[in-house]
Amino acid sequence: MSHNFAVEASSLYKIFGKKPREALNRMRSGASRDEIAALGTAAVIDASFEVLPGEIFVVMGLSGSGKSTLIRMLNGLLEPTSGSVRVMGSEIAGIPAPKLRDIRRKSVSMVFQHFALLPHRTVLDNAAYALEIQGMPAAERRERTMKILDRVGLAGWEHKLPGQLSGGMQQRVGLARALAADTDVLLMDEAFSALDPLIRREMQEQLVDLQRELGKTIIFITHDLNEAMFLGDRIAVMRDGRIVQVGTPDEILTDPANDYVAQFVHDVDRARVLTAEGVMEAPHAVVQLSAGPRAALRVMRDAQTSTVFVLGPGRTLLGVVRDADVLNLVRSGARDLSPALQQAAATVTRDALLIDLFEPAAESPLPVAVVDDQNRLVGTVPRVTLLAALANVQPVITAENAIIAPATVPVEVITETLRATGGPDNVPTRTPGDAPGSARTNTGGRA
Amino acid sequence: MIAVMNAGWDRFLDTGRIPLGKWVESVETFVTTNLSGLFDVIRAVFKGLYDAVDTVFAGPPFWVMILILVLAGLWVRGWKFALGTLAGLLLVVGVSQWENAMHTLALVIVASLIALIIALPLGILTARSDTASAIVRPVLDFLQTMPAFVYLIPALVLFRVGVVPGIVATIMFALAPGVRFTELGIRGVDREVVEAGHAFGASPGRILRQIQLPLAMPTIMAGVNQVIMLSLSMVVIAGMVGAEGLGTDVVSGLTQLNTGLGVEAGISVVILAVYLDRMTAALAKPRQRRFLAKRTAAASAA
Ligand SMILES: Nc1ncnc2c1ncn2[C@@H]1O[C@H](COP(=O)(O)OP(=O)(O)O)[C@@H](O)[C@H]1O
Ligand SMILES: [Mg+2]
Repeated sequence: MSHNFAVEASSLYKIFGKKPREALNRMRSGASRDEIAALGTAAVIDASFEVLPGEIFVVMGLSGSGKSTLIRMLNGLLEPTSGSVRVMGSEIAGIPAPKLRDIRRKSVSMVFQHFALLPHRTVLDNAAYALEIQGMPAAERRERTMKILDRVGLAGWEHKLPGQLSGGMQQRVGLARALAADTDVLLMDEAFSALDPLIRREMQEQLVDLQRELGKTIIFITHDLNEAMFLGDRIAVMRDGRIVQVGTPDEILTDPANDYVAQFVHDVDRARVLTAEGVMEAPHAVVQLSAGPRAALRVMRDAQTSTVFVLGPGRTLLGVVRDADVLNLVRSGARDLSPALQQAAATVTRDALLIDLFEPAAESPLPVAVVDDQNRLVGTVPRVTLLAALANVQPVITAENAIIAPATVPVEVITETLRATGGPDNVPTRTPGDAPGSARTNTGGRA
Repeated sequence: MIAVMNAGWDRFLDTGRIPLGKWVESVETFVTTNLSGLFDVIRAVFKGLYDAVDTVFAGPPFWVMILILVLAGLWVRGWKFALGTLAGLLLVVGVSQWENAMHTLALVIVASLIALIIALPLGILTARSDTASAIVRPVLDFLQTMPAFVYLIPALVLFRVGVVPGIVATIMFALAPGVRFTELGIRGVDREVVEAGHAFGASPGRILRQIQLPLAMPTIMAGVNQVIMLSLSMVVIAGMVGAEGLGTDVVSGLTQLNTGLGVEAGISVVILAVYLDRMTAALAKPRQRRFLAKRTAAASAA
């Protein structure tokens, strides 16, 4: 039994109706969903995906696209018409009922859209339900459940009935019940869809916290793109029973597989979803500190900018230099660029959300510098790129418009100074493309 | 049997009349000759059950029973209902129908009990299996629409005159709503909650006990109420086959054209009916009412 994947689905089909087998064969030989409509409803068609342990895997799609059907095949609530499902390495499609119950108790639990609590049982007894089924003694299960109720913020409510709780709190009970079961995999079918937006946000944040803390594998169904983008490590987009794209939120947003996905992602709140890494450009105006003032000046002249990023060994970002300062250095014949070095105003990490780039972008004339955890410059986000990413249009990035800060010293002055001070004019400037781990650009994307 | 049917068929060809009645009779003959032992056992069991319950109700002096029934009413519904009960039962005593009323009550309780013992499992079965439901539904339609008198005839043949054919006919007549309401209640349980049971690995039996039956209880209790009311409406008919009780006096009122006697017995039936209806309705409700009250409280708080 391999445990490489927490959940593994391959070629899953579910066809409801009188003649699912016949419909399946027709579909396999090329018939479309509509053509077999008389034989049955093809709710899930040829779905294959793998979910990694500890991942939040989101399945997103409009109502009726087959999400609930898909997730119900993952714990055997629905028997696939064809295909296989493996949970923590064991096959669950077509196994006998007692074995299936065993897997449900040990490996996979579920949170429901309308909470599905037992109205005649207290919060405590509801949350302990899975443990009760597992046969845990009452005292032990009470103790464990209380801890989890406390963790989800329900301490003090354990003796209330579900009907006395608000929707958000009822769903906390649902979540506590699933967490108490202590299974590796958690299935959540539109778990937050019935809650109002503020509560929903709170629950999403809590879920992410819990996931980090407990390391559960979560398969989360939603029709809400923003929710999918917020929660998902990876997202599968479903349409009419098929999975049309699987990818990270950034990939889905910036490189939709087809017009359907593009339409779907059209109105997402991109600023809260896209990361600096997802939109950044290769840095254009950079110079190595070791290259000296003359090289810096030449880069500025060629890029027609007043400021360049200065890199140290291993592309670490040291700061910026301005044209006037560098010009003075060159005139004084200095060989070292360091005296002109200034703190780079705006740097962000790779995973910064675009919403956190507005302020630095507004404060600095330079593109926002994106650095990795060792302070190496991996890319820049010019304002034009930031705006284009938010507006979901493809920016036309050139060396010219990537630079916001225009030169403050005329080109002729620079050229004249360089000639007058003499010295070799062939000091190589680093071009951005040759650096390892160089930023990916967006320019090669969609037409 | 086949021979009889063939004979019937020949006669059909002669007369152009379908000999359905002949066929039923031949089945009846077959049953009485071959299964009479079984029916004797059933008869003995039903009779014993009835006698026991009847002793409980008709045995003690009337004022003891009235006290018990009034207190029960007070506990279940409150003082107004208890007062009404007291007045009603004193009226029954006043028209000298007390003993009959208690015999009838015993008959209704025994018949309803047996009907429910059959109906509940059948309702659970039909709720779980579409096939069972498809088979049972027309049978229930048949039982419910067949004129009640018709049950008396085979019941008389199989169980002879007395209280037992009355009980059997009552069971047949009152069975249907017990099955139907149980099926309806279980099928009406929130699908997601049942799914939750499955999703956490509960066995079907556990789901039935812990989820389906508790959540279906208000509906099932409405079915119980229906069964009891239908049973009560059969007592008059049971009186025709010799079951002692209010039915006997209604029937003699009818045959002797004695309006007074008929009305006295009839009013006693009505008083019993109202009492039983309100009591079972109240037993069905509190749980439902409690949930509703809490839900609305939570909703208004939110
Ligand atoms: N039990 C069922 N019987 C017949 N059709 C069903 C059943 N469940 C779902 N469907 C159909 O399958 C399709 C997918 O439904 P569902 O999985 O609930 O979608 P989603 O959860 O994405 O809204 C829909 O067309 C729905 O009508
Ligand atoms: Mg759904």
